[in-house]
Amino acid sequence: MSHGPAKGLSRWFLATNHKDIGTLYLWFSFSMFLLGGSFAMIIRAELFQPGLQLIEPNFFNQMTTMHGLIMVFGAIMPAFVGLANYMIPLMIGAPDMALPRMNNFSFWLLPIAFAILASTLFMDGGAPNFGWTFYAPLSTTYAPPSVTYFIFGIHIMGLSSIMGSINIIATIMNLRAPGMTLMKMPLFVWTWLITAFLLVAVMPVLAGAVTMMLMDIHFGTSFFSAAGGGDPVLFQHIFWFFGHPEVYIIILPAFGVVSEIIPTFSRKPLFGYASMVYATAAIAFLSFIVWAHHMFTVGMPLVGELYFMWATMLIAIPTAAKVFNWITTMFKGSITFETPMLFSIAFVFLFTIGGFTGLMLAIAPADMQYHDTYFVVAHFHYTMVAGAIFSMSAAIYYWLPKWTGRMYNESMGKVHFWISFLGFNLTFFPQHFIGLAGMPRRIPDYALQFADFNMISSIGAFIYGASQLLFLYNVIATIKYGEKTTVKKTWEGANGLEWTQPSPLPYHTFTTPPEFK
Amino acid sequence: MHLKGKRLKKLISSPMALFALSSTSALAENLVENSAQAERWQMNLKPGVTELGQEIYDIHMLVFWICCVAAVFVFGYMFYAMFAYRKSKGHEPANFHEHAVAEISWTIIPAIILLGMAWPASMTMIKVYDTTESDLDILVTGYQWKWKYEYILEHGENVAFFSNLTTPSQQIHGEEAKNNNYLLEVDNPMYLPVNKKARFLITANDVIHAWWVPALSVKKDAIPGFINEISAKPFKTGTYRGQCAELCGKDHGFMPIVVKVVEQDEFDSWLSEKQTQAAELAELMQQEMSMDELLAQGEKTYAGKCAACHGSNGEGGVGAVIKGSKVATGALSWHLDVVVNGVAGTMMQAFGAQLNAIELAAVITYQRNAFGNNMGDKVQPIDVHNFKQGGK
Ligand SMILES: [Cu+2]
Repeated sequence: MSHGPAKGLSRWFLATNHKDIGTLYLWFSFSMFLLGGSFAMIIRAELFQPGLQLIEPNFFNQMTTMHGLIMVFGAIMPAFVGLANYMIPLMIGAPDMALPRMNNFSFWLLPIAFAILASTLFMDGGAPNFGWTFYAPLSTTYAPPSVTYFIFGIHIMGLSSIMGSINIIATIMNLRAPGMTLMKMPLFVWTWLITAFLLVAVMPVLAGAVTMMLMDIHFGTSFFSAAGGGDPVLFQHIFWFFGHPEVYIIILPAFGVVSEIIPTFSRKPLFGYASMVYATAAIAFLSFIVWAHHMFTVGMPLVGELYFMWATMLIAIPTAAKVFNWITTMFKGSITFETPMLFSIAFVFLFTIGGFTGLMLAIAPADMQYHDTYFVVAHFHYTMVAGAIFSMSAAIYYWLPKWTGRMYNESMGKVHFWISFLGFNLTFFPQHFIGLAGMPRRIPDYALQFADFNMISSIGAFIYGASQLLFLYNVIATIKYGEKTTVKKTWEGANGLEWTQPSPLPYHTFTTPPEFK
Repeated sequence: MHLKGKRLKKLISSPMALFALSSTSALAENLVENSAQAERWQMNLKPGVTELGQEIYDIHMLVFWICCVAAVFVFGYMFYAMFAYRKSKGHEPANFHEHAVAEISWTIIPAIILLGMAWPASMTMIKVYDTTESDLDILVTGYQWKWKYEYILEHGENVAFFSNLTTPSQQIHGEEAKNNNYLLEVDNPMYLPVNKKARFLITANDVIHAWWVPALSVKKDAIPGFINEISAKPFKTGTYRGQCAELCGKDHGFMPIVVKVVEQDEFDSWLSEKQTQAAELAELMQQEMSMDELLAQGEKTYAGKCAACHGSNGEGGVGAVIKGSKVATGALSWHLDVVVNGVAGTMMQAFGAQLNAIELAAVITYQRNAFGNNMGDKVQPIDVHNFKQGGK
């Protein structure tokens, strides 16, 4: 081993080591998770009762917007990029990422982007208040002045994502250990390879959309303004051409994580590896041709409605195959229920519920009733929170002992899981009901008949929010005082190259490539 | 009800207690009226009051039950695997990782089930898009933050009016008890005749809104520069309430929709009354109004539209001071411009489309002659009309 980490802050500012950069990404995303989460707490506190109690409607809109933007772009995406940085070289037997200096740049762009975004909260006219989907012309002609900073922030963040993705593709394509063919890669690596291609394909589309907004706002164009001959619906087509693949960008790495964890704790190889790879690729392909199912009420032609309905329903097929594969992996295994496994099983359970409501939303005539109600809010939180966030929690508990050489507190982990599970369902399950009963989303105040379920939902949200502080405590306590462990294979059933390395991981691993199988 | 439960409920939330109270004392008419409305603890869609809505509801339930059955299978399999093969039972793991028949069947079976849902859904969607042969056309325009309804009539003047939220801000801010239709009540509801197919032509004036009445199973985006179409043929009289469904800015949550479906003769008399009002207004426009008339009307309009921001004595507040202001004591054309077109970049809205010419004339006259602004000049409705015709 040539050398250890640099001393002091330069270790982090000048980091090129994939483990350091992974650590930076993970801590950054967790801090964004807490920030976005605190906005959610403000939202749920205001919605605890009918009437306006705590905040004004405009600030409420800023909160929903910032919550969405920060959770999607600041918490979930960087969390999985961090995991990719940390784990992909270890899983494919590479010494580091292929482009370590660019890796440093990709990370450090993020705090800049989100500092810009967060600073809009203190600007004249307030932060962006047009929803994380920023539909024009509310986000152009009618936007607060801070929208320009928002656009700048999105550009920087997109740059970071694109560079991060190129790095991941380059690493996977070039640095695999001898003997590791594509079809022998761990599934987490596969899902990230496909995700990286999705990112490279759609982040420029998002950049294009915000650039057109910028032109409309400052340079007199009318891309999205009907008064100038433009088309507000065009914005939605462009946004969702980015936005639909984006939701798979978020969920595919989560699929990868649980595909690693479930076999470990079932002590049985992943069922249907090849079909998992093909299903992931199929989902990624379909994600490009279904975008307008977010737009069933904009007044598309009938054939458009029917096409997007049928295409969207197709996604159910590869998704169902994945769910069956995970369950069949457990079938006839020898299962134990440590915290990572609990989160993974909850992932399969709750994500499948989100899949069912997704199928309901695909049914165009019924979607005309569900669209823009709390039913949609419930649906996508089942996929984003119970999907992405639960799998992230699973991943942290799963690999933390490997990273730190210290064991986390299992009982505290289980308590965290059960409180999260309870809090999450208490928050979001009733939102299906208020959505079907007719409550629109993104409103700061509501009619009295929605009061009961909203109160339950808010209580659940506070519980879920509090459980994350327990998570933070458990992680810090593990790093500082956790019981030391030097076992290479933390988990009896674990497979994969990362478990052939010492615990805690040395600063440099696989400086000479391992022979794979 | 047990006393304890009652007290607890009161403690948890006063609006809920109020709701329970009011529902016991509600009129029979109210109960009928609310049968298609959202209720407390409602957990599902309601079939609505149109045939198409009931068909949509049936599709919704079909898909819902298919999902439930699928969930029983999937989760049954999952929980069985979890409990039957746990290590604590001493189970040794098998080592298989492929099974072609299983993998093919769980691809094909879902595909067939999906087909069974997609087909009826497509048939219904075709009906949703059939907006031909309507009995009545209504142009619905979304504004920040109110709706405008314009009845496009074959005979006589078109009828157009704005529909605004009437829930007082005291109720919203918790200074007064919230009423039964909190946030779902408007000054001018839309009227529809029962058993007639109404076609809604939906557009917007500023940002995107969405016109949504759950009981009519109608939700369509209102997009500036576009006119979307959707129709409904309600078979039951009643009052049906909905809300704007697309985020449209600050008061997105405060622009409800109320549709009254009434018998044809009641609709006819409502419509002819609206038409008469429109004709009277047109006639009034021609008249010269006296200072007293203008001031009397102006005071009313001022209290309703201006006082909240500018203060009841023109002393200002959120809005600018009017008492002794440059606008109110300056050139008439400037004053007209500010009131009719608003002031870009400020909270001052354009009232040109919200108030009629008489109200505008009266309120401007009032502002120029009240609060010690003794300008002595008058604005006639025809002046407002001419100003609007001549643009700025
Ligand atoms: Cu609106």
